Amino acid sequence: MKQRASLLGGVAAIVATFVVFVIPFLFIILMAFKDRQQSALRDFSWPTGFHLWDNVFEVVKTRNWMMITAFINSSIITVASVSLLVVFAAMVGFILARRKTRWNPLIEFLILAGLMVPPAVVPTIWVLQGLKLFGTLHGMILIEVAYNLPFSIILYRAFIATIPKDMDEAAIIDGARPLDVFFRIILPMLWPVTVTNIVVQSVGIFNDFTNPLYYLPGNANATVQLTLFNFQSQFSTAYNLLFTNILLITIPPLIVFLFFNRQIVAGMTAGAVKG
Amino acid sequence: MAVSSMGNVAGAPSQRAQAQKRSPYPGWFYLPAAIIYAVLFLAPTFASLYFSLTRWTLFDSVFIGFDNFAQFFREPFLVKGLVNTLIYAVVTSGLKVVIGMALAIMLTSQIVARGYLRSVIFFPVLVSTVGVGITFTVLMHPTQGMINETLALFGIAGPGWLVDPRLALFSVALVDVWKGVGLATVIYIAGVVAIPKDYYEAARIDGATKWQNFRYVTLPLMRPATATVITLSFIGGLRTFDLIWAMTKGGPGFASDTIASVIYKQYQAGFYGLSTAGNVVLFVLIAVLVVPLTMLLNRKQGHE
Repeated sequence: MKQRASLLGGVAAIVATFVVFVIPFLFIILMAFKDRQQSALRDFSWPTGFHLWDNVFEVVKTRNWMMITAFINSSIITVASVSLLVVFAAMVGFILARRKTRWNPLIEFLILAGLMVPPAVVPTIWVLQGLKLFGTLHGMILIEVAYNLPFSIILYRAFIATIPKDMDEAAIIDGARPLDVFFRIILPMLWPVTVTNIVVQSVGIFNDFTNPLYYLPGNANATVQLTLFNFQSQFSTAYNLLFTNILLITIPPLIVFLFFNRQIVAGMTAGAVKG
Repeated sequence: MAVSSMGNVAGAPSQRAQAQKRSPYPGWFYLPAAIIYAVLFLAPTFASLYFSLTRWTLFDSVFIGFDNFAQFFREPFLVKGLVNTLIYAVVTSGLKVVIGMALAIMLTSQIVARGYLRSVIFFPVLVSTVGVGITFTVLMHPTQGMINETLALFGIAGPGWLVDPRLALFSVALVDVWKGVGLATVIYIAGVVAIPKDYYEAARIDGATKWQNFRYVTLPLMRPATATVITLSFIGGLRTFDLIWAMTKGGPGFASDTIASVIYKQYQAGFYGLSTAGNVVLFVLIAVLVVPLTMLLNRKQGHE
């Protein structure tokens, strides 16, 4: 009796989550398969023909192949900023966990502040202009590093605290220099949390809309999220193209989700509980 | 939470002498991160305190005292943004706590298809906010949207989700919850799983009902998770921009403007001083609300 009740509850939960969470995604997919006329109805119907490839081609070549530029830009920004984040945050996390000085409380405060305080937009643009970095990919990469450092540091510091200090001391006695200790001994041991960092930060930076909107203006610098936003008006009557665009930019996170589901959840909950 | 005990323990005194010789933990390891963070985050934050008191064109600035702030609290549409920001943060974080907790309890019980349910609820967290916003804008169309068409099948006249000024902000907040509740759920799942089974065993021996189990065991022991979810989604709610911008651009009129969207609009209009004042207001709001909130949540936790 009890088992039947739980089965019933399970089925109800499956139906409810299907309606609430799955149908919007099915809607995106179905719309991406339709032609212009059918998509104008914006209903949940089976596509009358197979138009996905036409739609994809159409979206990709819009505005002089802007999608290609955008995917390249977003990839450069994501890869470069995540690489810098991993190395710099691990270095900070390592020293922060190992060396206790009177500066530690200040550093911890700055990390927490970085998680909470909203960036001051126009003054940041002013600083970037002063450095000749405004509207450049370099500037965007450094901004992503600056804004996401606190989260990465917290993940690393928590993990490094679980690695016994004997490791570094043994290496020092064997004559290793500090750089060797870090890059050859500590950093490889941090691999699990590095994977978490890479996955969580990549998704976040790839999906970032607000910061490129402010700091990376101009068509040549478009990122994937901005493309979607720009095309919103251009495709206002071509819903099939709009949703093909949404589908295209949902694929990278989907792939990450399929392969790294566990690390993402671990990273987001660990970082969250600490933060 | 277990790791937090490794806080600030003073190092052994002998370590300092050793460190002076050749520290395996060189201080310059801080430098790359510190320079980027100081130049691109700290410096602008401090500069904003000054520039919010000026009329500013990026090339020169005229000091005008607290005029920008006065304007912020005088202009009806700016005040509206302030109020909306608070409503939005309270509504989204409240719903995320309640729904996230309920989903987590459901997903940690003996239920079929747990893996499927978890994945389905969590996936929207990873999807582009702009993509989600545009999708729901289409779904929420008052006459041609799928939501109202479905409601019509049941004889219900659906509301004008995003075109009704009284409703627009709440509709966006609902989509925010749809997208973010997965994160709250996994945080709660981590919290529920961490509760020792002995407590439930003891409660069972005492003859506790299911409700008593929840009220006196699960709920109090999930307080750290609740604190995290509230803090995280409250800050997120106060800072929210991309979803609002993708769905309503603050409209209709100024009905769904928040501070973050006001900051962007003033920036676009070239009122850099006013925009920066908005930033400072948001910063103060977060500091004034979130710091006491976290202290409150964490103090209660210490009493357990």
